[in-house]
Amino acid sequence: MAIARAERLVNLVLCLLSTRQYLTAERIRAIVPGYSDAATDEAFFRMFERDKTELRDLGVPLETGRSAGFDAIDGYRIARRDYELGDIDLEPDEAAAVALAARLWDSPQFTGAAHGALIKLRAAGVDVDQDVHVPVEPKVRTSEPAFPPLLAAVQEGRVVEFDYRRPVPVEVRTRTVEPWGVVAWRGRWYLVGHDRDRNAPRCFRLSRIVGDVRVVGKPGEVQRPDQIDLLSFVARTQPATDQTVATAKLWVASGRALGVRRRATVVGTREFDGEPGDLLEIELRFPDSAATWIAGFGPDVVVLEPEVLAKTVREKLLGALRGAGVRA
Amino acid sequence: MNAATDRLPRLLALVPYLLARPGIPIDEVAADFEVTPKQVRKDLELLWMCGLPGYGPGDLIDLSFEGDTVTVTFDAGMSRPLRLTAAEATSLLVALRALAETPGVADQAAVQRAVAKIEAAVGQAQPAGVAVGLAVREAPETARVRDAVSDGVLRGRALHLRYYTPSRDEITDRVVDPMRMLLVEGRSYLEAWCRAADGVRLFRLDRIDAVRVLDEPAAPPPHATPTDTSEGLFQPDPSQRTAVLVLEPDARWVAEYYPTDGLVELPEGRARVLMRYADTPWMVRLLLGLGGEVHVEQPPDLVAEVARQAEAALRRADHLPST
Repeated sequence: MAIARAERLVNLVLCLLSTRQYLTAERIRAIVPGYSDAATDEAFFRMFERDKTELRDLGVPLETGRSAGFDAIDGYRIARRDYELGDIDLEPDEAAAVALAARLWDSPQFTGAAHGALIKLRAAGVDVDQDVHVPVEPKVRTSEPAFPPLLAAVQEGRVVEFDYRRPVPVEVRTRTVEPWGVVAWRGRWYLVGHDRDRNAPRCFRLSRIVGDVRVVGKPGEVQRPDQIDLLSFVARTQPATDQTVATAKLWVASGRALGVRRRATVVGTREFDGEPGDLLEIELRFPDSAATWIAGFGPDVVVLEPEVLAKTVREKLLGALRGAGVRA
Repeated sequence: MNAATDRLPRLLALVPYLLARPGIPIDEVAADFEVTPKQVRKDLELLWMCGLPGYGPGDLIDLSFEGDTVTVTFDAGMSRPLRLTAAEATSLLVALRALAETPGVADQAAVQRAVAKIEAAVGQAQPAGVAVGLAVREAPETARVRDAVSDGVLRGRALHLRYYTPSRDEITDRVVDPMRMLLVEGRSYLEAWCRAADGVRLFRLDRIDAVRVLDEPAAPPPHATPTDTSEGLFQPDPSQRTAVLVLEPDARWVAEYYPTDGLVELPEGRARVLMRYADTPWMVRLLLGLGGEVHVEQPPDLVAEVARQAEAALRRADHLPST
């Protein structure tokens, strides 16, 4: 009966871990159960190549070399110190942090890998309880189409090229970038790297990449500066939060525009345009987006002060009228 | 995941795992490896056939079964798990660093210690090139809401919420049974069983106007299942309607932010998209606010409603004493 492939591979690992000599393929064929199933040399070598690839993909450090004076061709062994996970002992609160971290990803690239890491930590004797109770569960998705190729390019140190859309002024331009890292910040993904066209470090929003990411360089070509802190780089290059607070006076129709009311203080009542309503005062933390928000409430909200806000809201409404095909 | 390619890593991890836990029930092993007890037994039967060259009785991995428990009596030299791959180390360490940099999510000191220990154990498989910041932009009043909500979640108490629903521009009072808090794409949510809606709902913390922790215990029904966040928080719903919009370059963010499909590039940086929406009044508010940057082409009733409200609003604003 043929021996299961998984069994053959486990035996191969045990065999190569237990030897200090490099074992040639022929020796392995003679020793490890399962390889004798191969009817021809060619079938054996095909089988053996496939097994080596699978072990290397799993991260098993297969060493090749010759045991001095014995062999005329290269053999294989696994150095125990390279194979084994180092000693690790986590306190319960540390293990809880690890369990939470492993659940962070909603990502085809990382969810499986995090699970694999947990299995190995458990096999190292660490108790990681999956059902740990935490107040907040952070989740990070990597659904941008540009994410997998950029991550691969970063990890392989290869230069990439892509078409990038800039909002203001509007343009789509091909950019050539030495990628240093991909960064999630405030719920968005960015690529940080050296922009070859600008000859300067730049930050690109993944959602603005148009079409495919093309790998143009050789592996290992990109050197990331040692001192770069990817996260602070992105934080620095994003526009700072506008903290100016402006007070506005609004008229709001009775019982309407609750989204405005919950942020405002009623300072009086007043009929307006034959409609009963309230006078409200509101602190606007982000005056730029306030006009958009207020215009959304249509006839239920009228800006009394300041004039500049009233004007901006009016322009938005005129724009909405045009956008709905009405010539105003 | 592929069952065949998952099996070898599990087989290599099982022996050291069992070595560290003599006499462990097979059901517990299955739970930790996220497979069925039957699969664990199959794996153990296979491992029993493996061992060192010679493959005699003293060379093979030896296991002893007692009732439903298992103990390794000979490990054939497989006493430690395989080291972490670069991808495994990355997934774990990037996530831990994200937790470390975000106050209020986890015990900072414990996270830092865990990072140091895992870095030391994984050796050369250092993660590189991925960083995650979880920080959110939050108003001071939201921070107070967060404290009360997390108190309710941790102590397992029902919560009384005053909640603003933007889709209906409505503020309602409701009692919910908290399940967990989520931090997704830069926003914080409470996931809870809503007694009034008779279902699991996500409540954005910055829309909770008042919260009170009740004395009664949180009791979500057994069929209340947490939202699967892997495909995004909001799934397309067949009852939703679709609008056809043309976005000016300044409004391209709409396509990144809201559920849109079928983006078609137009000249001068504009784009036509299909956007799903559930509530017409909400959609009208969005479009009024984006006036001048978004043209609405379909459906006709939405177009008419945007025009009607914009006209009414302009007429009303014209009643202002001219300045």
